[in-house]
Amino acid sequence: MICLELLWGFLTVGLFSFGGAYSAIPLIRDVVLSYGWLNDEMLTYMIAVSESTPGPIMVNLATYIGSSQAGLVGSILATVAVVLPSFIIILLVMAFLRKTISNPYVQAILRGLKPCLIGLIIATGTYMVFENIVITSPGYDVSIKNVIVTALIFMLPFACMKFLDKKISPIQLLIASALIGMVTY
Amino acid sequence: MSIIADLFLTFAKIGCFTFGGGYAMIALIKDACVDKKQWITHDEMMDTTVVAESTPGPMAINCATFVGYRQAGMLGATIATLGIVLPSFLIIFLISCYLEHFLEIGWIASAFQGIKIAIGILILNVGCSMLKKMKKKLFSYAIMGCSCAAMLAIDLFSLPVSAIAVMLMAAAVSLSAFTVKDMSHKRGAEK
Repeated sequence: MICLELLWGFLTVGLFSFGGAYSAIPLIRDVVLSYGWLNDEMLTYMIAVSESTPGPIMVNLATYIGSSQAGLVGSILATVAVVLPSFIIILLVMAFLRKTISNPYVQAILRGLKPCLIGLIIATGTYMVFENIVITSPGYDVSIKNVIVTALIFMLPFACMKFLDKKISPIQLLIASALIGMVTY
Repeated sequence: MSIIADLFLTFAKIGCFTFGGGYAMIALIKDACVDKKQWITHDEMMDTTVVAESTPGPMAINCATFVGYRQAGMLGATIATLGIVLPSFLIIFLISCYLEHFLEIGWIASAFQGIKIAIGILILNVGCSMLKKMKKKLFSYAIMGCSCAAMLAIDLFSLPVSAIAVMLMAAAVSLSAFTVKDMSHKRGAEK
């Protein structure tokens, strides 16, 4: 049963993950939370782990969730499921449907999907930041400590640009925030 | 060395060294497949990137499938895709066996508290830089704004609506807008 759920859940993720590595995160979050495979906290940790290990985030998350739900079999199933839609679509496009991509109707759909994905990513990011600074249960409350840490980490990329004239990479940001976490919590 | 083994090893090597995925992998794939092995030409590589952008799935995997298919058909496509996925699969599978034990250690748990906050900011950052690259058209902004608001509402009030529904809506709106425009255009041409 869980295997079927994994298969179905990650097939939909694979089928709808247009665009770059982060585009799949709102989708994965949606699927994973609705099936209750991981809680919000573990999912966030796993995004961090996926970011710091090689490979596309989407595949890494599928492997981890599959493994945590149903061991080796689950991880293989979830990984295959998440890769399969794009595998089949690329083969189809290359073999017969080269012209489909430039079809104006297909392009019209993509023109709608791309800004939508950007919206979804921004919403997910905003909500995740919000979730960290506002404690929702019981009752609404703001954690001052988390606000300060959030502001601190938020400033880091800008500070790096300004004083070191260098862009900070995601992994460097994660390491810095891990250090900040160790000191403050 | 047979082409199958070569495909597998080349893509496994790419799979081992690409962090964060996505566009970072493209440079590596270009270096291996266009410059060194000459499996595809530079133009074909550009072409593949365009196709990969318009189809679901991580670009690196799309590229691997394409190059594998060109070199050795179905089997090649399967082997190349397997090659690029396998390293990260093995690494994550190993991590998954130990992560929860790791998190029980005090200082690691507090490190992850900091990381947790960074992830939200990181995602927000990626969203904003994608927004900067987006076509500056009212229509795109409208769709972006509506989907962002819809997703925030879904998250905040835990509405039973999936992100896929929002995507389908956006696709439908864009498609019908185009169809209406196309039809009125044709009618104008007939007159």
